[in-house]
Amino acid sequence: MNPKRRNRLLIVLFLVAGSGATLALVLVALNDNLNLFYPPDQVVGGEAPVNTPMRAGGMVLDGSVARADDGLGVTFVLTDYQGSEFTVAYSGILPDLFREGQGILVQGKLDADGLFQAREVLAKHDETYMPPELADIARGGGP
Amino acid sequence: MIPELGQLSLALAFCLCGFVAFFGLAGAALRRQRWLDALGTMVTGQFVFILLAYAALSQAFLSDDFSVAYVANNSNSLLPWYYKMSAVWGAHEGSFLLWTLIMAGWTLAVALRGEHLPAAFAGRVLGVMGLLNMGFLAFLLWTSNPFERLVPMTPGEGADLNPLLQDFGLIVHPPMLYMGYVGFSVAFAFAIAALLTGRLDTAWARWSRPWSNVAWAFLTLGIALGSWWAYYELGWGGWWFWDPVENASFMPWLAGTALVHSLAVTEKRGTFKSWTLLLAITTFSLSLLGAFIVRSGVLTSVHAFAVDPTRGLFILGFLVLTVGGSLALYAARATVIRSPARYTLWSRETALLVNNILLVISMALVLLGTLYPLAYEAFTGGDKISVGVPYFNAGFVPLMLALAVALGIAPVLQWKRTSAARLWRDLRWPLAISVAAGLVLPLLISGALAWQVVAALTFGVWVLVSHLWDLLFRARRGLGRVTLGYWGMLVAHLGFAVALFGISLTSVLSVEMDQRMSPGDRGTLGGMGVLFEGVGNRSGPNFVAQRGTFRVEDGDEVIFLYPEKRRYLARDSVMTEAAIDAGFFRDIYISLGEPLENGDWAVRLQLKPFVRWIWLGGLLMAFGGVLAVSDARYRRLRRSVPAGTTVADAA
Repeated sequence: MNPKRRNRLLIVLFLVAGSGATLALVLVALNDNLNLFYPPDQVVGGEAPVNTPMRAGGMVLDGSVARADDGLGVTFVLTDYQGSEFTVAYSGILPDLFREGQGILVQGKLDADGLFQAREVLAKHDETYMPPELADIARGGGP
Repeated sequence: MIPELGQLSLALAFCLCGFVAFFGLAGAALRRQRWLDALGTMVTGQFVFILLAYAALSQAFLSDDFSVAYVANNSNSLLPWYYKMSAVWGAHEGSFLLWTLIMAGWTLAVALRGEHLPAAFAGRVLGVMGLLNMGFLAFLLWTSNPFERLVPMTPGEGADLNPLLQDFGLIVHPPMLYMGYVGFSVAFAFAIAALLTGRLDTAWARWSRPWSNVAWAFLTLGIALGSWWAYYELGWGGWWFWDPVENASFMPWLAGTALVHSLAVTEKRGTFKSWTLLLAITTFSLSLLGAFIVRSGVLTSVHAFAVDPTRGLFILGFLVLTVGGSLALYAARATVIRSPARYTLWSRETALLVNNILLVISMALVLLGTLYPLAYEAFTGGDKISVGVPYFNAGFVPLMLALAVALGIAPVLQWKRTSAARLWRDLRWPLAISVAAGLVLPLLISGALAWQVVAALTFGVWVLVSHLWDLLFRARRGLGRVTLGYWGMLVAHLGFAVALFGISLTSVLSVEMDQRMSPGDRGTLGGMGVLFEGVGNRSGPNFVAQRGTFRVEDGDEVIFLYPEKRRYLARDSVMTEAAIDAGFFRDIYISLGEPLENGDWAVRLQLKPFVRWIWLGGLLMAFGGVLAVSDARYRRLRRSVPAGTTVADAA
C-alpha cells in the first residue's frame, strides 16, 4: 500500500471508530437520562414506577404547603383538580414563582409509600407561560 | 397615529424586500445591469422603513401609549426610561421587530461593502437576503403585529415589563445574540449564490469569511452575555442550564465555529468547498430552528414566550421551505463544485477536519438532546419526557477535551504536511509544561487532585503554552511580520483555554450551601465566616424589597453583602436579587430564599472560584474573531479584485 492510501485509510478508520464510539456513548447517556413525565392521576393510579427518576407536575393545592420547624424541609400537595393528588417532599429553597394554585414541575423519585421525593422544583418563569406538560392539566383533562 | 405609521412602514418594507428579492435574483439570471444597479436604493429603503417602524414602537413605549397592546403588556408608566427603550425587545413581537431590523441592517451592510463583488453575484446574495427578510416581515405582519391596538378598551396602566428583564443584561444580550443569529444569513446567502452560479473559489471564501467571523463574534458575545445575565439575575448562581433555548443559541454557535474554520481551509487551500457550503446552510438553518424553538413554545423552557400555535406553524413552514429549498439546491449543484484535496495526515488541513468533526458531533449531540422530547411525544402519542443535564455533560465534556488536545497541536502544523521531527521539536516543551502544570496547579488552587480538574488544567495549559510557544518562535523572526489574522486566531484560542479553566474549576470546586438562618446566626463558607445581621426594608421606583445584610470575613478583609427579595408592584411578582462580591479568582454569591417562621430566612451561600473566567474566555474569543477580520488582506481586496478573477494567496 502506498503511503498516501495508508494515510487515507488511517483517517477513515479513525473517523469510523471515533463516530461509532461517540454514537454508542451518546445513546447510552441519553437512555440513562430520560425522565418521563407523569400527571397526578398516573402518580396516584400506580402507573408511575417507584424509585425511578422522573418528572411529575400539577397545581399546588391551596393550604397544603408546610415548612418544617427547623431546616429547609417542606411538603406540599400537587393536584389536577380532578380528584388525584399526591404529596411532594423537598428540602431547599423554593423558586420565586412557587405559589399555591400555580402549575409546578417536580423532578425526583416516587418512594414506596407514594411520597414524591423531589430533587428539584421548577416553577413557571412568567405568569403567562405554561409548560407544555401542564397545559393539558390546566385545560382540565389528562394528556 | 404613530403606531399606524409604524405598521404602514413595515408593510412598505415588506414590499421593498419583495423588490430586492425579485430584481436581485432575476436581474442576475437575466443579466439586467440596471435592475442590479437599483438594488442599493431598495435595500436602503427597506432598512429605513423598518427603522421607522422600530422608532414608532419605541416612541409608543416612551410616551406610555397603552392603547398599543404590546406596550400595555410590557411596560408601565413607572418603568425607568432606559427599560422602556429596552422593553421594545422584551417580548415576542418587539423582539422579532428587532430581528427584522438587524436583518435589514446586515443586508444594507452587504450592499454598501460589497462593491468589490461582481454585480451578478452581489445581486444574488442580496436577493436571497431580501427573500429571507420578506418571510420574517410576513411573520411579523400576519402573526405577531407589535402595533395592534387595544381600542376602545385602553387600560390606564401597563402590566409592566417582566422584572427579570429589568436589567442591564437584557439591554445588551438580545441585540448581540440577534446580530449573530441573523448575521449568519450573510454566509447562507453567499452559499446559495455560489450554488446558483456553480462558482466557488478562494475569492468566494475570502468574501464570505469576514461576514461569518463578525456574525460568529456577535453570537459568541451574545451567548456569553446571556450566561452572565442568567448567573446574576436569576438569583441562584447557575450560568448554564442546557435549557432548550440556550441550546437554540448554542447549536448555531457550534456549527458557526466549524464554519469559520472550514472557511479558512477553503480560502487558503481551496479545498473543503462543498463541506463549507453545507456548514453555511446548516448554521443559518439552526438559527431559524432556534427561532422556532423559542417562539413556538413546543419545548419546556424557562425562556419561551407564551404559546401561540399559528406562530409555531408559520416558522416551521418557513424553516422547512428554507432548509428544504437550500438542501435541494445543494444536492443538485454541489457536484459541480470540485475540491482538489492534497494533504497528509499530519497537516493543518487534518487538524481543521478534526476540529470540524468534533464541533459537528457536539452540535448533533445537543440537537438530539434538545429535540428528542419532541420526537418522543410525537411517536408515543403524547408521552412526555425531558432529557436530563447529565446527558449533555456526559457527551459534551469529553468532546471539548478532545478538541483542546487537537487545538494544542494546531499552531505548529503547517499546510499540506508537517514532519514528525518538527512536531516533536515544537511540542515536547509545551507537553512537559502542561503535564507538570496539570499536576501542580490543582494542588495550589484547591489543595487536592480531582481528576476533572487535573484533566481540564492539563489540556487548558496545553492549548495556552503551545500557542504562546509558537508566538515566541514567530516573534524571533520579527513581531511586525505577525499578521492580525494570526493574532485573532491566537486570542480566540487562548479564550477557549480561559473558558475551559473557568468552566472546569467552577463546576468542580464551587461550594453551595442552602441554610436556614436567624438574624445573628454565623455560618462558614469555604473557610470564610458569614454573619447574617438581619433584614430591613427598602423601596425602589417600581418595587419594594426586603434587604438582608451579610458580613463576610475573608481573612482580615470584611465584605458586606446586601441580597434582596423584591416584590414588583405592577405584576405582584417576587424576584430574588442576589448579592455578589465579584473577583478575578472567586465570586461570593449570597441570595435570600424565602422568609420562614420566627424571622428566619432560607439563605443560599455560594463560593464560585474562577467563574468570571468563563465570560472572560467568551470575550477573548469574540475579540479574536474581530481581530481576524481586521487583517490587512480583507481591506486590500476591497480595492483590487476585478470580477471573476481569483485572488492570489496573500498570507
